[in-house]
Amino acid sequence: MEITHTQFKHCDVVKVSGRVDSSTAPLLSEALTKITESGRYRIVVDMGGLDFISSAGLRALISTQKSCRRYNRGEIALASVPSNVAATLDLAGFTPLFKIFADATAAVGNF
Amino acid sequence: MTTLTFPGRFESLPAIADFVRQAAQDAGLSSFQVYAVETALDEACANIIEHAYGGENKGEIECSCLIDDVGLTVILRDQGHPFNPKKIKNPDVKAPLQERSDHGLGLYFIRQWMDEVDFDFKPGHNTLTMSKRKEKER
Repeated sequence: MEITHTQFKHCDVVKVSGRVDSSTAPLLSEALTKITESGRYRIVVDMGGLDFISSAGLRALISTQKSCRRYNRGEIALASVPSNVAATLDLAGFTPLFKIFADATAAVGNF
Repeated sequence: MTTLTFPGRFESLPAIADFVRQAAQDAGLSSFQVYAVETALDEACANIIEHAYGGENKGEIECSCLIDDVGLTVILRDQGHPFNPKKIKNPDVKAPLQERSDHGLGLYFIRQWMDEVDFDFKPGHNTLTMSKRKEKER
């Protein structure tokens, strides 16, 4: 798994690629928590290069989404979601809990 | 039947995924079915490490893949603590965001995405057998 984080004026973009499983999900969680702990709650997670996500990865997303949505201060938006990953999100019932955009540019434009 | 044994730690998950993905492809499963099997295996092995062994590096995971005309059967064996899968409730996948529970998704994924799932617990030997049938050719 690789994570790159870019901070923009209105939001942060976290690009995650490779495999998010129980061994790597803590790193994703850490990257997202670092952003929310700095008081920034508008986050785009760009999944363009994501090969695999397990429930451990979903837990990282949902716990940050809970934190971001609190007090209406922001949210996580997802971008470039590969079809297999979309099927996992759907199975977990996560699809209604995240705005999903075709690409990162559209997701950034949402904020 | 091919069998490999992996150390019971999260770092083993990519290697287990490689092994099972190859078997699923060899069994003639579709690309999405291969992904579904990879997901089920990842969740099952993570549960073994986290719950059966109660942490990393406490024991091994033996993984066997059996290919037949119908599809793929994967058998996982560990020597950790048994658990009663019937006691694990399905997560509420329609609950509002703030009420979403952090756990229970793994077993739910396994049950939803594999065609047959069977747990067997004997003292010191837990066995999970999961099968995925090939899609019928149209």
